[in-house]
Amino acid sequence: MEILVCVKRVPMVGGKIVVTADGQDVDTRMSGFTVSPHEECAVEEAVRLVEHHGGGVTVLTLGPPAAADQLRDMLALGASRAVLLETDGREWGPIATAGAIVAAARGRTGDADAAAHPPAQLPYDLLLFGNEAADTGDYQVAVRVAHALGLPCATGIKNLEVTDGRARARREYRGAEEVFDLALPAVISVKEGINLPRYPSLPGRLRAKRATIEQSAPEWHAEGLRKERLRVPAGETKRAEILGTGPDAVPALVALLDELGVLT
Amino acid sequence: MTVLCLVERDGDGAADVSLRALTFARSLGQVTAVVFGAAASVPVADLSAYGVADAYAAESDDLDGYAPQAWARALAGLAADLSATAVVAAGTDRGHEVMAHLGAITGLPMAANCASAEANADGTLRLVRHRWAGSLLEDAVLDAPPALLTVAVDAVPAAAADAPAQTSVHGYRPALDEGDLRVVATESAERSGGVSLATARVVVGGGRGVGGPDGFGVLEELAGLLGGVVGVSRVVTSEGWRPHKQQVGQTGTRISPELYLACGISGAIQHMAGCLSAKHIVAVNTDPDAPIISHADYAVIGDLNQVIPALVAAIRAREAGS
Repeated sequence: MEILVCVKRVPMVGGKIVVTADGQDVDTRMSGFTVSPHEECAVEEAVRLVEHHGGGVTVLTLGPPAAADQLRDMLALGASRAVLLETDGREWGPIATAGAIVAAARGRTGDADAAAHPPAQLPYDLLLFGNEAADTGDYQVAVRVAHALGLPCATGIKNLEVTDGRARARREYRGAEEVFDLALPAVISVKEGINLPRYPSLPGRLRAKRATIEQSAPEWHAEGLRKERLRVPAGETKRAEILGTGPDAVPALVALLDELGVLT
Repeated sequence: MTVLCLVERDGDGAADVSLRALTFARSLGQVTAVVFGAAASVPVADLSAYGVADAYAAESDDLDGYAPQAWARALAGLAADLSATAVVAAGTDRGHEVMAHLGAITGLPMAANCASAEANADGTLRLVRHRWAGSLLEDAVLDAPPALLTVAVDAVPAAAADAPAQTSVHGYRPALDEGDLRVVATESAERSGGVSLATARVVVGGGRGVGGPDGFGVLEELAGLLGGVVGVSRVVTSEGWRPHKQQVGQTGTRISPELYLACGISGAIQHMAGCLSAKHIVAVNTDPDAPIISHADYAVIGDLNQVIPALVAAIRAREAGS
């Protein structure tokens, strides 16, 4: 089976998030980059499916030229082909992003009449996404892609089985499990926890380093939802009252737990 | 100014997340509720308390259970019939999914996880929405009516209306397209037993400082003594020390306990996003400059592998003495 996995390059944010002076971006001068966690699991899931069923995994990202680093990371995990939809660094909204992915999924990027081609010609059996990007958290690109391609869709999936041209996709709903049965080709977004991604092997890294990344540059479009500025929520800088150091602090800790009413 | 709000049920009432969505929706105009199911299943008492004058019970012979695209089609139909200025849902798995479908069906933008919304004079909406699961706020303008919004439920407490409304329930039969019912959920009957992480009154958290998969026994023991459960940071699940269902954070579970005792957890923003709703945070950490110290109410500076066994012993001694 052929699987397309869409990933996003996001800042590797640790203990603190800092916004650039113009309020337009997260300050990444001190941080590295990674792919959103849900998406790393989507790549792992795709690689496992292909190991079992045969076929190949194409990993795609829309981002700046440096996003090629994230594609190579995913190639090292076992993806076989990589596509970079190159941007000029501007943030893309979910509608334009979905549009660019749809065109690329049909293998006809930049082709004006791409939309006229029926989904029957889609060269993939399965399109995998992360449930939401770690940074923008728009929760919708996968669904928009599914509609544009006329494919069935399930989101937030934590367990996936593929047999005989169908996918059984499960997720949690209020302590119970919801199960969706989809005919392939289908679009599925997954959540971290669906699997535990492997570490890249050394041969995988070497192969990724040499791999060719297919590139195109789709056109940016404005959307009806416009970012004005980003800011860190107020009231973040309190400092804990120190109860003590090491086991000597235990009496104070017990007294606190008692005060909070959590000791039975 | 009709604002359509998707209301999910929980037992006989409206789900808490939907009460928060109703509270949010009320800031934008007169709220009309949509509930999927028979008219008798509409949680009238809750809707009345939240000031909802009109509620639609969306029902179809073909629609049995949760079908995201069919639900979105019904919302699209009602929004058009009522000339709604906004459609609102709680920012849950279902809420995000249905609103994403609605965005795709209508071609309109959908703003996820809004903490507040305010109408500008020119008819556009000024929004504050969550990025990074609430660790970062985005001020945005939405210029595409009707506005499709999900609500950051952590950010909006549920508040009943000043005056309750007399709620009229109307039936609505959506015109479903072929394909809307291709994906329908079946729900398994089995529910996980025990105290759930999301609703636990006490959560004992363990992070990298626990040191390995064998270090969690004492945290489990403490959680048991406090009537709580163990939660862990992302590094713990990424290392395979504990299952992912115990993860607290942006890509795990959101918790809202009375007490979160975070042991050996540095406090990355992705972790803190999962425990913003904790009433009290107590950190046990060797590093007095760890980010968690600036999120916690109280802290013990020290190695959890010494502090927690001593705490367990002290609680046991106290119980034995009482």
